[in-house]
Amino acid sequence: MAETPIPPNVPSRAGVGLKPQHYRDILEGKPDVGFFEVHAENYMGAGGPPHRYLTAIRERYPLSLHGVGLSIGADRPLDREHLLRLKALNERYEPGLFSEHLAWSTHDTTYLNDLLPVPYTEETLARVADHIDEVQETVGRQMLLENPSTYLAFAESTYPEIDFIAEVRKRTGCGLLFDVNNVHVASTNQEWDPVAYVDAYPLEHVREIHLGGHAPETDEAGRPLLIDTHDREVADIVWGLFEHTIGKTGPLPTLIEWDADVPDWPTLKAEAERAEAVLVANESEGKRRAAG
Amino acid sequence: MSQTKAKGSGVPLAERQADFAAAILDAGAPIPKGLVGPDGAPDARRFAVYRNNVVAGLSESMKITFPAVARIVGEEFFQAMARAYVVADPPRSPMLLEYGSGFPDFIERFPPAATLPYLADVARIENAWKEAFHAPEAAPLPPAALAAIAQDQVAALRLRLHPSVRLVTSRYPALTIWRMNVDGGVPGPVDLKAGGEDALVVRPAANVEVRFVPPGGAAFVRRLGEGAALGEAANAGLAASEAFDLSASLAGLISAGVFSGYELGPEQAA
Repeated sequence: MAETPIPPNVPSRAGVGLKPQHYRDILEGKPDVGFFEVHAENYMGAGGPPHRYLTAIRERYPLSLHGVGLSIGADRPLDREHLLRLKALNERYEPGLFSEHLAWSTHDTTYLNDLLPVPYTEETLARVADHIDEVQETVGRQMLLENPSTYLAFAESTYPEIDFIAEVRKRTGCGLLFDVNNVHVASTNQEWDPVAYVDAYPLEHVREIHLGGHAPETDEAGRPLLIDTHDREVADIVWGLFEHTIGKTGPLPTLIEWDADVPDWPTLKAEAERAEAVLVANESEGKRRAAG
Repeated sequence: MSQTKAKGSGVPLAERQADFAAAILDAGAPIPKGLVGPDGAPDARRFAVYRNNVVAGLSESMKITFPAVARIVGEEFFQAMARAYVVADPPRSPMLLEYGSGFPDFIERFPPAATLPYLADVARIENAWKEAFHAPEAAPLPPAALAAIAQDQVAALRLRLHPSVRLVTSRYPALTIWRMNVDGGVPGPVDLKAGGEDALVVRPAANVEVRFVPPGGAAFVRRLGEGAALGEAANAGLAASEAFDLSASLAGLISAGVFSGYELGPEQAA
């Protein structure tokens, strides 16, 4: 057990998505990592090894809590029981950051285990804003909203994605989790300019960055269709977009997400070191911005 | 940047999501109108990504929970069976840790698996393992705890089962088969007519343990779990098997960490 409690604040350093395969590497090797992030739903059991390990890791590192199942973009009311489970996890582990997705996954009584896209309309905007208000009131803290990776568009959409997200943020006061891989995936799939996306994004409200790997496929028309698989290294083009982003924002907590075909710890640590190098290279920029 | 076509077709969100959800789980359903690629035209492969993410993602989570079943039937059979299950009994909650508890019953009724009559019970052991893994924490009753109980009070003793305890009773050697098909196990010939096996699953501390229960033991533990006093539960054990040995069973169960407390009367609980 650590001598003094680790404060909850997540530093502007590189962190890693925590996987059970690496519990022992982390507790025995004590790697120098800025923070760990967990999917909230994996720690919603009553007891058992997941809580034992997370408790031990939280004693040594700051933590970020990332929900994947709240279905904020659903037309239906939020699942109160699930929201209370998120609140309980926030109270138990005191994560420095707490985030969820601009997506839906629950309809009636069925949970569709994916982050499904929402049409960008007035109706969705009102629903999403109401749901985020409810989350922040219930959990008693700011939530970060993550931009989606999308594979298709809705004919009924009336907002550009960035305007939709900016408006949600303005109405709710939530923070933003900026997934740079999602920017690249969505921009490729929707034929947007990813650099212009970054430049137009409300970056001043971004509190965390996600980086992950994606898989290349093609659609019916033979156009590139990228899938947000989190099963490999971050692509070079995404690293470039990350550098561009950090050049504008200064250092931010940056997470490496690798959720499938999980590699050994050294491979994952190397990805985090690559992100950390970009953050360090931009430290003066961050200080300048903070001073200005 | 041209992010949107800026002409709302006015599909209500409720209708949009109802159609979207229905088409995800029914691979034969038409793709809902208005889901388009960058040229504004429908594109089946784009929607198929969501279908695949949901069904393949859930099937993959089933493989994590039921590794021995997967090893017994092989990858292709397991994927087909898991996909059929996912579509027939999709999750009802984002608590995916609880998903899959209906899989053993599904296997029992799944015609292509009928040639493996023990398979559903192997799945029951794996589901019990998963439940024990996530069960609430409780300190197991130490072996010495019952030493001070007066002989004339033992029959009235009510033992409390540890919250992680699960029992699986099988007409087949399901536990032997499970052990052969988990990490470190070596599959070998099994005599399916050799008789049934009862398995007890418990997680007294950090690790889940799976044990054989001697004859009558399962009936005994079950009655204890229902709140019966020791004497009554022992009778149930004896009724199930003449070979039931109360003192050996009790000693084995205590050392396995199967109990988390006991009550003698209202003022003598521990």
